[in-house]
Amino acid sequence: MKIETLQPLLAVHPFFAGLDPEHLTIITGCAHNTRFGADQSIFAEGDPANSFYLIRSGRIALDVSIPGRGHHVVQTVEEGDVLGWSWLFPPHEWMFSARAVEPTRAVAMNGTCLREKCEADPALGYELMKRFAAVMVERLHATRIQLLDVYGDKRNQ
Amino acid sequence: MQVFDLSALDRLVQVLGERGYLVIGPVLRDGAIVYDEITSSRDLPIGWTDLQEGGSYRLHKRADQARFGYVVGPHSWKRYLFPPEVRLWQLRRSRDGYLGSRQSSGQTGDNGQLDAISPATQGDLSPPRQAFIGVRSCELHAIHIQDRVFGAGNGARGAARGTPNWHDPVYARRRHDAFLVSVQCTQAGGTCFCTSMGTGPKAESGFDLALTEVIDGKEHYFAVEAGSDRGREVLEEVPHRAATDTEAEAAARAVARSVDQMDSGVRGRTMETAGIKELLYRNQEHPRWDEVAQRCLACANCTMVCPTCFCSNVEDKSDITGEHAERWRRWDSCFHRDFSYLHGGSVRPSTRARYRQWMTHKLASWIDQFGTSGCVGCGRCITWCPVGIDITEEVAAIRASDAQHREGEKSG
Amino acid sequence: MATSATSDSPLREHGVADPMMPRPFRITRKVKETHDTVTFDLVPADGGTIAGFAPGQFNMLYAFGIGEVPISISGDPANPEVLIHTLRAVGAVTRALCDARRGDIVGVRGPFGTAWPAEQARGDDIVLIAGGIGLAPLRPAFYRFLTDRRTYGRISLIYGARTPAELLYRRELEHWRGQFGLDVEVTVDHAAADWYGPVGVVTRLLSRVRFDPIDTTALLCGPEVMMRFAIRDLTRLGVADDHIFLSMERNMKCAIGFCGHCQFGPAFVCKDGPVFSYRDVARLLAVAEI
Repeated sequence: MKIETLQPLLAVHPFFAGLDPEHLTIITGCAHNTRFGADQSIFAEGDPANSFYLIRSGRIALDVSIPGRGHHVVQTVEEGDVLGWSWLFPPHEWMFSARAVEPTRAVAMNGTCLREKCEADPALGYELMKRFAAVMVERLHATRIQLLDVYGDKRNQ
Repeated sequence: MQVFDLSALDRLVQVLGERGYLVIGPVLRDGAIVYDEITSSRDLPIGWTDLQEGGSYRLHKRADQARFGYVVGPHSWKRYLFPPEVRLWQLRRSRDGYLGSRQSSGQTGDNGQLDAISPATQGDLSPPRQAFIGVRSCELHAIHIQDRVFGAGNGARGAARGTPNWHDPVYARRRHDAFLVSVQCTQAGGTCFCTSMGTGPKAESGFDLALTEVIDGKEHYFAVEAGSDRGREVLEEVPHRAATDTEAEAAARAVARSVDQMDSGVRGRTMETAGIKELLYRNQEHPRWDEVAQRCLACANCTMVCPTCFCSNVEDKSDITGEHAERWRRWDSCFHRDFSYLHGGSVRPSTRARYRQWMTHKLASWIDQFGTSGCVGCGRCITWCPVGIDITEEVAAIRASDAQHREGEKSG
Repeated sequence: MATSATSDSPLREHGVADPMMPRPFRITRKVKETHDTVTFDLVPADGGTIAGFAPGQFNMLYAFGIGEVPISISGDPANPEVLIHTLRAVGAVTRALCDARRGDIVGVRGPFGTAWPAEQARGDDIVLIAGGIGLAPLRPAFYRFLTDRRTYGRISLIYGARTPAELLYRRELEHWRGQFGLDVEVTVDHAAADWYGPVGVVTRLLSRVRFDPIDTTALLCGPEVMMRFAIRDLTRLGVADDHIFLSMERNMKCAIGFCGHCQFGPAFVCKDGPVFSYRDVARLLAVAEI
């Protein structure tokens, strides 16, 4: 484990901005550095969800395979974003597939490890939950705007 | 002040005709007093008056032989300055694009030549010169308001940052030539509220001639005032004499009668206009809009009878060969669903939004756009609304609960 | 000339041609941008010159005998030789116009309306936010900023479209992306796996470009709901209301402030707009069906 070198990386990532240094030290214990090559699969729909990723650079596409239509990208995440929340809730399985669109650097967080720390320290658990809730709300808003299909041409429908 | 008698009134009609004016005045037609061409004072609605209330208009015989014994009818002079439909031009396809001819002469718009190559040869901007007899003070104000709308008056248009302020040639030519004979109101109509809007009942300026009809026992004459050089010229050709003090006083009393009727509430209505722009701007979500939308049929009657409403549609069409195209301008209304059509839908699909647009425009945003209210208090929109919606009541209702709301905030 | 005012026209006295008479222009080039959108190069068929325009202004384009629609000018204001319009086939008139071929005649009235604030924005960082066909009215402003590159701070263009196939000016976007000192970010709402760019709403791109909110002028053009969301994000970041500009769209029939169709509160979009400062229309944007 490279605890001493990963903590500064976590501290500068927007997702953990302003986090209590003590909490940062705790979660650094669950982190490891990772990178993905272009087109590399990160996880697939239905796989066990045991981690999430803080993206440091590059781009990852969340996609879903639709019979007859191929892979349909529902969203991409880039530098400063966080990827994955299925590890938080049962049944701890990925809903979509993730694939690096280009070479991507990330810090992977072990979900099993984090869940244990959160159970042991509810203050940390609450802090983490608030941050994920903010991400979820932002994604939900974005999804709703996408659903509006604002660029669509309703006359041709 | 001058006076002339009934025969001189007829002479006035003749003189205007001799001077090349198409004379337009009040006439009885289809159970209403409307404006149409007249050739003699015998065409006037002699001995008739109108009784008006919300959603109601009835003609009644008067006890006297008054020539102008009514208030206002469903027509306004708007239709003669801003025609309900006008052909703006015709075009013919040619090798180098197309050839055009401007067509803005008549209401029928059917006197242009398609093969005219240069519009400069057409003289098609020469509609008949018109003289209007019987212009009420509120209507004079309405004309001055439309002058601002169509860029023909001295009034500045609302500040535009980018584009020039155009003026409308169809309106401008008609307006420039129009000879206005005002007739003072000596009685208030059931739906009038000009005293609230500061537009009457006495015509103070903006006319060529102003008449006050005086019927006093067996006496029946007109007090006359000239408001322009051409008014004085015309008056010179009509037999008249200086008014006696008694006659001048009788004329003043006749006008004062209509003020008293409105102010005392015997006839007509009132509208509180203080701060009305801000009132309506801050009450765009007032529940009263929902309430009025329950009654409003979005029939557009109010906009058609309004002497200031100016919205129009521009319609392009072509013949079956596709070689000949025309452009027409026709009156339109913000009450029509398609008026605000954009990308497959209406911006204002609900009647609530359309009524709110009309009333807010008329009484509030008009002030931002043209520097005056768009309402002259003539009451036509109240009379001719099939369900009797009353703009003065709507303003009062919004004002009443706006005030309550703010009082509630103060005490709470 | 078919377009000159009559000798006795009141308009003649003011030295302007009849504003309701379209002038014939010939299509000299037609580029298919997407399945329903084309770009035309137009030159006057009467041999005259083209009136200069300011970025943000629009023309009324006339399909002979069918009708007229307001379309923003999307060419370079520094090139007065040709008039460029990008339009999408969405109604009877735009469909007829989009079906026109090279050599055909299109009627043009204009230019009308207000301009993007190129002068006021001097010295500021510039953020252009475009959605869908909304890139077309912003392109002249982008050209203007590039021509005067040193007058402005950082220049960013963020552009969202429905799918990669519906992106306008793709070659030009790629060219701009490669230029030093320009941030060009493009996103789509939906994509297949062969799209390498971002997928997501256009406002997410705001965090990917650099600008100093205190000294930024933002120019927005796209669907009204998209602009409302973008404004919310910009103001949250600290961009001032009077430094946010948007191009509004309403039904237009005359384009000269007479027909009343384009009213947006007290404004006539045809002459007081289409470009408005957000400060001036914030009250109106908040009201549904106004």
